[in-house]
Amino acid sequence: MSSSRKLLALVAAGLFSSAAAHAAEPSLGLGQTATPEQIAAWNIDARPDGVGLPEGKGSVSDGDDAYQENCAMCHGTFGEGGKYPRLAGEGKLTGDRPEQTVGSFWPYSVTLFDFINRAMPYPAPHSLPPEKVYAITAYILNQNNLVGDDFVADKNSLPKVKMPNEGGFIWKDPRPDTHDSDCMKNCRPVASVKISTTAEGSRVTPRTTGPLDTDIPQ
Amino acid sequence: MTELDTHLEQVGGLKSARRGLFRLGAAGALAAGFGRAVRAESGLPAQDWGSGIGAAVADVTYGMPPKDESDMQRRLVPWLTGDQTSSISFTPLQYQTGIITPSGVFFERYHNGMVQANKRDTRLMIHGLVDRPLIFTFEDILRMPSETHVHFLECAANGGMEWRGAQLNSLQYTHGMVACAEWVGVKLSTLLEQTGLKKEGKWLLAEGSDGSHLTRSIPIEKALDDCMVVYGQNGESLRHEQGYPIRLIVPGWQGNMNVKWLRRLKIGDKPWFTHEETSKYTELRADGKAYGFTWPIYAKSVITFPCPEMHVKGPGVYEVRGFAWSGLGKIKQVDVSFDGGVNYTRARLDGPVQPKCFTRFTCEWRWDGKPALLQSRAIDETGFVQPTIAELRAMRGSNGVYNNNSIQTWEVKADGSVNNVQLA
Ligand code: HEC
Repeated sequence: MSSSRKLLALVAAGLFSSAAAHAAEPSLGLGQTATPEQIAAWNIDARPDGVGLPEGKGSVSDGDDAYQENCAMCHGTFGEGGKYPRLAGEGKLTGDRPEQTVGSFWPYSVTLFDFINRAMPYPAPHSLPPEKVYAITAYILNQNNLVGDDFVADKNSLPKVKMPNEGGFIWKDPRPDTHDSDCMKNCRPVASVKISTTAEGSRVTPRTTGPLDTDIPQ
Repeated sequence: MTELDTHLEQVGGLKSARRGLFRLGAAGALAAGFGRAVRAESGLPAQDWGSGIGAAVADVTYGMPPKDESDMQRRLVPWLTGDQTSSISFTPLQYQTGIITPSGVFFERYHNGMVQANKRDTRLMIHGLVDRPLIFTFEDILRMPSETHVHFLECAANGGMEWRGAQLNSLQYTHGMVACAEWVGVKLSTLLEQTGLKKEGKWLLAEGSDGSHLTRSIPIEKALDDCMVVYGQNGESLRHEQGYPIRLIVPGWQGNMNVKWLRRLKIGDKPWFTHEETSKYTELRADGKAYGFTWPIYAKSVITFPCPEMHVKGPGVYEVRGFAWSGLGKIKQVDVSFDGGVNYTRARLDGPVQPKCFTRFTCEWRWDGKPALLQSRAIDETGFVQPTIAELRAMRGSNGVYNNNSIQTWEVKADGSVNNVQLA
């Protein structure tokens, strides 16, 4: 049994307690113990149930200011987007052009904090203190009509903000959901073979020879 | 040395090599005279390159493709994203001759631009529900037992612009968010043996060190099965574009999970529902519900010759070629149709057939010069049959972006030109 299978088997059997790990697994002796300070420096993730959210708090009105200063130039004054993603709006998820926004689509409010905290503002990611991230999160939730004007976000209040689309996800992979056959002969009537759409003459296709096409419009 | 310096040096090297060739060519022409006339009479090409000395060794210290192959480039669809630092480029599959994608044209996907991390300051922290939280340097990782595996890597959005109908008349743009490489590195199970795992540890969070600090949740079974932390790609260190010096490889699963510039692995008891697994990389159905955690890439294939970039020239014999791959294991069979899926011919699987890896296929075609509809259909070792786009749409609608593994139809016209089409 390879060592990874062994480890997997132990996990599956629920036998992989700390004691078993120490006994069964030889250590290569490589790596340094991560100190609590080191872990704290990089341990930035926050989960829907609030685990991982930092201390601090921020209000919708503080968030308005911080948002206008750090985010509005790309995402629009009210989060309406443009060249960059739209952040607010109660767009519908059905029809021809569904709108997947924080308000219409995102299942968990804490994900908004986590993402802004790790990845935004785009030109200087992870540069804002937790108070500002809380405040901006509160502001965006407010723009999506998910919290009132007096909302203050912190590690206790934020996970309690329920998102309208929380129940809209199926977290179990439905595949294989298609059941095509491996038929080899006369698999469909010849008359049924019709081209429904073609990309012939497509003007949205950049060239694939010569210099790079950098400004072809949609 | 910065990458720009390296690049300039290479270009400089090429130039001096060409100057050298030019000098030699001129001298060669003086000496050649008579022999050259004979060759012209024979009707054979002159092949001037043989009438003098070629370039010296190490004139070019890192070789580049021949000038005539300069179309082999990653390219982008400018209208697809608002910012090209949060965007994707496409592998030129139409020119890829074998299962290995050259590292220089391996498609790119960045969420906050391509950063130039270095080995010296790279650290991999593993913590959370472990017995011993540890931090590894690059040197530590290099000293660990290592393995080699060849795997494809596909962005879940590959083909995403084709859900509503045939849109891009190109193999590169319909299928180029996939590539295949030989990866060398350390099994994640080896790393997790060092820290130990607490029994409540059911999920792993992988995080990158670039500005996006991208995170994905991975079930522990997958992490212990075949995931790797790799530093080698196609015989050399990873390219910056692929997360130098270390990235995660999650064989057969959505490209986005293969976190680049890896710096942290955290073990937890629940998934994190990160931005990349809620707002993005979920599949919206027509009824407004969305599928999440649809990780593996299901069986897929595409004909790379002929294709919209590679036409056929008159009736006669051709070899239809392509690649097939599955995130669930090995490719078992590929069938090719010339009539839009009425009849299929078994293709030959060429070269090694490896799990979660490109498999090359070929199929002889005697073209009568009449319009034809070419398709390839992959079947993997689980028995899963690559679906038609009609079947996929019936199940999922056309509002989704991700996991389009449908059969591609290429229309070959009587003049030999080739178009991307979809069948009803
Ligand atoms: C320079 C332009 C720019 C600025 C400034 C900026 N962003 Fe972004 N934002 C982006 C880009 C580009 C993306 C897409 C990132 C990706 O590829 O993951 C994005 C994505 C987002 C998303 C995810 C949208 C979705 O639907 O998935 C949120 C939320 C967000 N930004 C919030 C903010 C906040 C809050 C700020 C200010 C603190 C901010 N951004 C500042 C460019 C910007």
